[in-house]
Amino acid sequence: MKHTFKKTTVASAAAVGLMGVPSVGFADSLTIVSWGGAYEESQRRAYYEPFMEMTGIDIVQESRSAEGLAGVRAQVEAGNVTWDIVDMLEPDSMRGCDDGVLEVIDHDEILKPAPDGTPPTEDFVLPMRDCYIPQILYSTALAYNSEAFDGEEPSRVEHVWEMDEFPGRRSLRRVPAGNLEWALVADGVPRDEVYDVLMTRDGPERAFAKLDEIKDDVLWWTEGAQPPQLLADREVAIASGYNGRFFNAQVVEDQPIEIIWHGQVLESDGWVVPQGKLSEDVRQFLRFATDTQRLADQAKYIAYGPARASSAAMVGDHADTGVDMAPHMPTHPDHIEVGILQDAEFWADMGDTLEERFSSWLAR
Amino acid sequence: MAQSDNANPEVMTTSDGTPLKESLRRSMRRNRIKALLLVAPLGLFIFFSFVMPILTMMYRSITNPEIIDHLPRATAELRAWTPAESDLPPESFFRAISLDMLTADEEDRHIGRAGGQLNYEIPGARSMLGRTGRAVTSLDEPPDSWKDFILEQHRLWEDPATYQIMQRQMNPITAQYYLNALDFRYDAEGNIERQPEFQRIYVELYWRTLWVSALITGLTILLGFPVAYLLANLPMRISNLLMILVLLPFWTSLLVRTSSWIVILQSQGVLNDILVLLGVVADDNRPRMIYNMIGTVVGMTHILLPFMILPLYSVMKGIPPSYVRAARSLGANPVVAFFRVYLPQTVAGIGAGSILVFILSIGYYITPALIGGSSGQLISNFIAYHMQSSLNWSLAAALGGILLVAVLILYYFYNKLIGVDKMKLG
Amino acid sequence: MALPAYAGKLETAWYYGFRFYCGLVFFFLITPILVIIPLSFNAQPYFSFTTEMLTLQPEGWSLRWYEDFLTSERWMQGIRNSFIIAIAASFLATSLGTLAALGLSRAYMPFRNAFMAMLISPMIVPLIISAAGMYFFYSDVGLAQTFPGVILAHTALGTPFVIIVVTATLMGFDQSLVRAAAISGANPKTTFFKVTMPLIAPGMISGALFAFITSLDEIVIVNFIAGAGQRTVPMRMFAGIREEISPTILAVATILVTISVILLTTLEMIRRRNERIRGIVPQ
Repeated sequence: MKHTFKKTTVASAAAVGLMGVPSVGFADSLTIVSWGGAYEESQRRAYYEPFMEMTGIDIVQESRSAEGLAGVRAQVEAGNVTWDIVDMLEPDSMRGCDDGVLEVIDHDEILKPAPDGTPPTEDFVLPMRDCYIPQILYSTALAYNSEAFDGEEPSRVEHVWEMDEFPGRRSLRRVPAGNLEWALVADGVPRDEVYDVLMTRDGPERAFAKLDEIKDDVLWWTEGAQPPQLLADREVAIASGYNGRFFNAQVVEDQPIEIIWHGQVLESDGWVVPQGKLSEDVRQFLRFATDTQRLADQAKYIAYGPARASSAAMVGDHADTGVDMAPHMPTHPDHIEVGILQDAEFWADMGDTLEERFSSWLAR
Repeated sequence: MAQSDNANPEVMTTSDGTPLKESLRRSMRRNRIKALLLVAPLGLFIFFSFVMPILTMMYRSITNPEIIDHLPRATAELRAWTPAESDLPPESFFRAISLDMLTADEEDRHIGRAGGQLNYEIPGARSMLGRTGRAVTSLDEPPDSWKDFILEQHRLWEDPATYQIMQRQMNPITAQYYLNALDFRYDAEGNIERQPEFQRIYVELYWRTLWVSALITGLTILLGFPVAYLLANLPMRISNLLMILVLLPFWTSLLVRTSSWIVILQSQGVLNDILVLLGVVADDNRPRMIYNMIGTVVGMTHILLPFMILPLYSVMKGIPPSYVRAARSLGANPVVAFFRVYLPQTVAGIGAGSILVFILSIGYYITPALIGGSSGQLISNFIAYHMQSSLNWSLAAALGGILLVAVLILYYFYNKLIGVDKMKLG
Repeated sequence: MALPAYAGKLETAWYYGFRFYCGLVFFFLITPILVIIPLSFNAQPYFSFTTEMLTLQPEGWSLRWYEDFLTSERWMQGIRNSFIIAIAASFLATSLGTLAALGLSRAYMPFRNAFMAMLISPMIVPLIISAAGMYFFYSDVGLAQTFPGVILAHTALGTPFVIIVVTATLMGFDQSLVRAAAISGANPKTTFFKVTMPLIAPGMISGALFAFITSLDEIVIVNFIAGAGQRTVPMRMFAGIREEISPTILAVATILVTISVILLTTLEMIRRRNERIRGIVPQ
C-alpha cells in the first residue's frame, strides 16, 4: 500500500516536467559525506581524485558531517539512503552502530594489510570499533592570536580561565566534549584523571561550575572553519579548534596564530557506511583510501596524524609550502606528552546525557 | 407549502417543467461543484505536500514505539510483572531480554534504538543496553543465571526505577514529550514532577521567544508608523521613490541581509570601525553587537519592518485628510487631532501589521541561528537542534507542536479580525 | 504634506524632526543592502573598508571575488539548481494557485474562509516546523534529496502569494465579461484564455515573481530535504556564513541584490500598466 503510494507520488512528481535534470546517486557514483573546508580538500586530493582517475567512479561530495549521524539515522529509518560513505567521529560511530544504522565492518577482510604484511587490525594504532574504520588522529586544541597579547602569551589550559592576565573573548566549540575535560584540568584535575572524575556523579557538576566562570566571555562555534577565522579577525583572542585548520591558517595563510599543545584532546575520525550501502564500489573505495600510502598522502595536505603505524614513517613535507609536517602533527611525541587521549567509549555512552545538559546550561 | 409539489400550477417552472426553485438549487450546486473543482487541485496538493507532513510529525510527538518494537520478548515479560511482587523482575525477564539482544540482528531490530529512547528518562540507559548487548552477544555459552549475569553489567540494572520506567515506556502513546517540552517529567512512579533545576529551559525559552517577538513588533511599529504616514501623505511621485527603499529590503534575500549585518555589527565591522574612528569607543574595547540578543533583535527588526510598513501604508492611504483638517478647524490642537481622530482610523493597519510581524517572529530561525550567538536563540533554534544534533525527534515534534498551536491561534484571530484575503503584498 | 505657511516654531521643529526621524528609518532599511556592494569589490579579504578603498586608489578595488564566484563549479551548480527549482516551483505554484484563486473568488464557493485559511497556511506556519515535517514525510515517500521533492516543497510555499495576489486582482474583475463571452457562444476554455487570462495576467505574473523569489531565497526547507545534487545558492551562502564568511559571499549577495532590483522593477511596471488599463489614474 505504502509502496504503491510512494511509486505514484514519485511518478507524478517526475511527470512534473523535470526531464533532463541530471540526477546523482545512481550507477558509478559514490556520495561521500565529510566535513568541508581544508579537511575535505585534503581528502579530495589524497583519496577522491586518484580514486576517480583509477576507477572512473564519480565521487559526489557533501559537506554535512556536522549532522552526519542525524542524516544517516533519518535516511535509514525512511529506507531511502542516499549517502554511501560518511566521515564520522569515533563516539558517533559507536552510537550509530548501537542504533543499528551503520554497517558492521570486517576490517581484515575489507582493508589492505600494511606493506610488510601486518594485518589491518594490528597496523591501525587504535582499537577497532565494529562499524568504524579510523582514518586520522586529530586534536581539538586551543590556539590564540599572538597579536592579541603584548606580554606573556597563553601556553596552558588554565590560561583560558585567567581573564585578567590574558584578556579577550574566547571561542569554544558548542559541544560538551573537550570543554568539560579542559574545565576539569583548569580546576586542577591531572590530565590522565579527567575521565575518572567525569564519570563520578559530581564530576560534570564540577566541570560546568568551572565553565560558568568564563561563560559570558565565550563565543560558541559550530563549524570547524570558524575558529581560525575568528582568531584572524581578532573577534576572539583564544579559541579551541581542530589543529589541522589552525595549521592551515598558520602556515598556508600566514596568520599570526599559535597552537597551545598543552591539553590538546586527541581524537580519531574515520569512515562509516550507512546500513545497506556496503556495495562493491564502497568496498573498493574503503580499501583504496585507507591503505598505508593514501593515509600518509593525506598528511601532505593537512596536519593530521595517519591512523596506521605503517604510514607514520612516510609522512613528509607539506605539499604546497614544503614545510616539514612532523612538528605540526598532534601525534608528535612532545605533543602527545602534554595531551589528553579522548575516551571514545565515555562519550559514546554519556554523550546524550551530557549534551542535553550542556544545551540546557547554554540556554540559561 | 407547495414548493415540492410539481403538479401545483402556481409553482413557477422553467421551460422544461422543473420548478424554478429546484432548478436554481441545482444550478447553484453545479456552481458550487465547479468552484470546488477549481480549488481541489491545489487543496489536494497542499494537503499532501504540506499538511500531511506536519500531521505525521505531530503523531511522532505522542508515540513511543521503540521499546515495543525493539525489545518485544522483554516487553511481554515485563507486562506480567508488577513492582509490588519483587524489587527486580524475575529470571524469565532477563532471559527474554537476552534473547532479544541475541536475535536483534537477524530480526532487523536494534537494541540501541530502545536504549536511546530510554536514555531520555534514564540517563545512562543507552550505555546500559549497549554494554549489556555486547556482553551477551560475546558469550560462548548461556550463564547459569541470566539475571546475575546482566546485573553485573551495569549499575542501573539494580535500580527498580529502571524497570518501572521501562514499563511506562511500553505504552505506545505517551505525553512524555509534551511534559518535557514544558519542563516537566514523570518520576519513577509515573507521577508528574518538574524537571531538576538545571534542565528547566523550555518554558523560559517560550517566554523569551514571546518577549522578543513582542519587542520586535513594538520596534517595527515605532519605526514603521511614521514612515508609513510619511509615505501615505507625500505626493505620489516622491512616495513612489521612497517606497523603493521599503520594497527593496523586502525583496532582497534574507541571507544577504543577514550577512550584511555581520559585516556591519561584528567587532571588526563597519559600525565599530566608525565608532572607533570617531573616538566614541576605545579600539580594544569594542562593544559586542552581534552573536547575542542584540544581533537577533536588530536583524529581525530589519527583516520584518516592511511587513509592518506595507499594511499600515495601505490603511493610511485610505484615510481622507479632511477628517484631521476638520478636527483642527474645529479647534483641536495637532496632538489631540492625531490621537483622537487619526490614530483610531489606523488601528486596522496596526493590528494587521502587528499580528503578521508577531507570527513571523515567533517562528523565526535563520537570523538567530546565524547572528544570535548562544544568548540570542529562540524556540525554533532548539527545534532545529533536536532535529539535527541531539536526534530527540519526538521532543522536537512536541516543541514544534506547542509553537504551532500558538501560531494557529494567532492566525485564527488574524483571519477573524482582518481576513487572510486582505493581506497586502507590496 | 508641505509645511503650511502659518506654522509656528514648534510645528516647524516637529516637521523637520519628523522628517529626520523618517530619514533615519530609511537609512536603517537601506544601508545594510548598500554597504555590501562596495565591500564586494574589496581587493583584500576583509569586511571593512581599507584605506586604499577610502582614498579611491585603484589597487584597493578589484573584481577578484566575482571571478572567484564565476569560476567556482560549486557556485555555478548552485545557481543552476536554484534557477531550475525556482522556475519549476513558481510555474507550478502559479498554475495551481490561479485555478484555486478563480474558484475562491466565485460567489458560490462553499467553506471559502476555511479553504483560504488552509491554502495560505504555508506562509504562516513557521518554516522550521514545515521543514521538520517534510524531512520525515518526504523521506518516507522517497522524495527527500530529489529535485521533485524540493520543487514540491517550494511550490507549497509559493502558492499563498499567488492566491493572495490573484484573488486581489479578481476582486476588481468584472464577472459580467465572462457571462458576456458565454452568451456570445464562447466555451469556458476559450473564455478563460481569451477573456479572463489577459485581465488577470498582471496578477499572475506578480504572483509568479513572488513565488520565484520565495523559492530563490528559501533556506530552511532546502537545508533539511535537499541532497548533494540539489544544493542551491542560499545553501552555499548559509554554509559560507556559518563557516568562513569570505568576500565571495558579498559578491554573490551583490548579484542577488541586482536580481531583486530587476524583479522589483518588473513588478512595479506591471502594477503601473495594470492601473493604467483599469483606468485607475495615479493621483
